[in-house]
Amino acid sequence: MACIELKQVSYRYPTSKTANLKEVNLTVESGEFIAVIGRNEAGKTTLCNVIRGFAPHFYQGKLSGSVHVNGKDVLRTEIGDLSWDVGYVFQNPFNQNSGVKATVYEEISYGLENLGIPRREIFDRVDEVINLLGIAYLADKHPMKLSGGQCQRVALASIIVMEPAILLIDEPTSQLDPKGTEDVFKIIDMLKKKGKTTILVEHKIDRVAEYADRVILMDEGRIVRDGPAAQILSDPALLEYGVTLPQTALLGLRLREEGLPLERIPITIDQAAVSIGALRKEGGGI
Amino acid sequence: MKALELKGVSFTYPNGFKALGKLDFSIAPGEKVAVIGENGAGKTTMAKLTNGLLRPGAGQVLVNSEDTAGKTVAAISRHVGYVFQNPDDQICNQTIYKEITYTLRYNKSCAPEEIDRRVKEALALAGMAGMEEVNPYDLSFSHRKFVTICSVLLQEPEVVLLDEPTAGQDLACMRRLENILDHLQKKGTAVLTITHDMEFVVRNFQRVVVMAHGGIISDGTPREIFWNLDVLREAALHQPYISALARRIGLPGKVLTAEEFAAALRGSGRTL
Repeated sequence: MACIELKQVSYRYPTSKTANLKEVNLTVESGEFIAVIGRNEAGKTTLCNVIRGFAPHFYQGKLSGSVHVNGKDVLRTEIGDLSWDVGYVFQNPFNQNSGVKATVYEEISYGLENLGIPRREIFDRVDEVINLLGIAYLADKHPMKLSGGQCQRVALASIIVMEPAILLIDEPTSQLDPKGTEDVFKIIDMLKKKGKTTILVEHKIDRVAEYADRVILMDEGRIVRDGPAAQILSDPALLEYGVTLPQTALLGLRLREEGLPLERIPITIDQAAVSIGALRKEGGGI
Repeated sequence: MKALELKGVSFTYPNGFKALGKLDFSIAPGEKVAVIGENGAGKTTMAKLTNGLLRPGAGQVLVNSEDTAGKTVAAISRHVGYVFQNPDDQICNQTIYKEITYTLRYNKSCAPEEIDRRVKEALALAGMAGMEEVNPYDLSFSHRKFVTICSVLLQEPEVVLLDEPTAGQDLACMRRLENILDHLQKKGTAVLTITHDMEFVVRNFQRVVVMAHGGIISDGTPREIFWNLDVLREAALHQPYISALARRIGLPGKVLTAEEFAAALRGSGRTL
C-alpha cells in the first residue's frame, strides 16, 4: 500500500526567490527504506518538510499539487495530527532539543507526554528505546551537556519512541563516529524489519549502498533519478550531480576502464569481494 | 620549532570524568594532522585545551614555544583558531561580513583594506564570493560551517583546529574544504583536523593521530595506521573501504587507494 503520495508538487519558501521543489512525483510503499541523496540545497530537507506538513503549514510559502500521507490529505491536516503518522529527526541534533527538560530520560518522554500517553506506558517505551539505542547510561544527564554523537542518539530516540509508521531522518549520523554510524544504520534496518517506512537523507553514500532498497537523487528541487540502490549508485552520472559514488563503485569503474571485464559495478564491499575475487581466480594461479 | 606542543597534559571534567591522561603531542608549522577516534575518545577536549577554552589539570600547552598558562582565551585565539563542531555555537552576527571580521574589527589590529582583502580571499576559498551581506542563518548548515572556517581564516593564526569539518558536506563542499587545507598548508599554518571520515584522511593527510580512552594510542602515516588492525580495533575504527576490500580478497601490499588497488591487482598476476 502506498503510504506517501506526492503528485506534481511544487513548493517555494516565503524567503526564497525560486521554487525549492519542482513538479515532484513520488510514491512510497509501506515498509520501504529509501535514501534521498543530492548536493546541498538540492531540496532533500524540503521534501521531508512537505511530507511532514511543515511546508506549508509552519514555513508558509506556496505549495501546488497534492500530498497524501497514510491516506490523509496533508494540506488539510494539522501538523499535530500528522505527528502520529510521521516522525522527523532533525539534521542538526542540537536544534531538536526541546530545551525544557532537565534529563535525557524526560527529553525522550516529552513527545509521548504531549500525545497524552499513559504514564506507565511512557516508562516502558522510553526504557525500551534507550536500551535499543545503547543510551541508558545517559538517562540522568542534562540534554544540553551531551557530546555531538550522544545528542544525535538522543534525538533519534525521542522520535523512535513515538513509534510513527513513517520516519523521516535527516542526516542522522553527521556527528557520529564510524561505529555509531553503523549502529544507527542497524537500528534503521531493524525498524524496517518491524514494517516501518523510512526516508533517510544521507551523504554517507557507502552506508546508503549497504542498507537502502531504493535511492532518490535530487537536484535543483527535482527528483532526477529514482530506482533500486544498485542501479542508481553505480551510475557515474551521479558525479555530475555533485554526489560521490560508493568507494567500491569508483574502484569498479576504474578497473573496468583499465580493461577488467567486470560484469556489474559493485556498490558494497561484499559485492566487490565476490565480483573482483571471482575474476582473480579466473586469471589463473594467482 | 613547534607551532603547538602539549606536554604531559591531563584533564578531568568537574564531574570527575577523566577525559585526557598525560598526553604528549606536537605539530610543526605547515604540518597537517588528522585526529581520529570514537566519540568520547578525547578529541574535542584536546582541541579545547589547545586554545584555552579548557585548562590542563597537569602538564603544559605551548603555542609557538610559549606556555599558554595564565593567558586569556582571546590572547591564545590570535594564534590558535578553533572551528567548532557545531557552527551555531559560534555565529553571533547578522551578516557574513560582520561575523567573519568580528575579531579583527574588535582587535583593531588590521587595516580596513587588509580586512577587505582577507574577506575576499576567504569567501572565494569557501565558495561564497560576494555573499558578504547575507545573514548566516539564512544559509544551510554546511554553509554556516564554512562561515566559521572563514572567521578563522581571517585571523591568519599559526594553528588551525577544525572539529569535524566533513560532517554533512557534499562533494563540492568537500573539495572546497580540501582546497582550504592546501591553502593553509602553503601558508605554513599547522592544521589539526578532527574527523570520522577515513576516506578524507587517506586523500589529504600524511600524518594521523589515533585517540582512544583519553590518550594517543598511535601516531603515524595513513598506511601505518590503517593497516594496524590492533590499533583500529582498540579505537573502534574501521579500515577505509578500499583497504578493507584489498584485505578481504587477499591482495598483497598495504593498499589505501583505488589506484594502488588496480596496481596491486595487475601485479598479482592478472593480465589486464
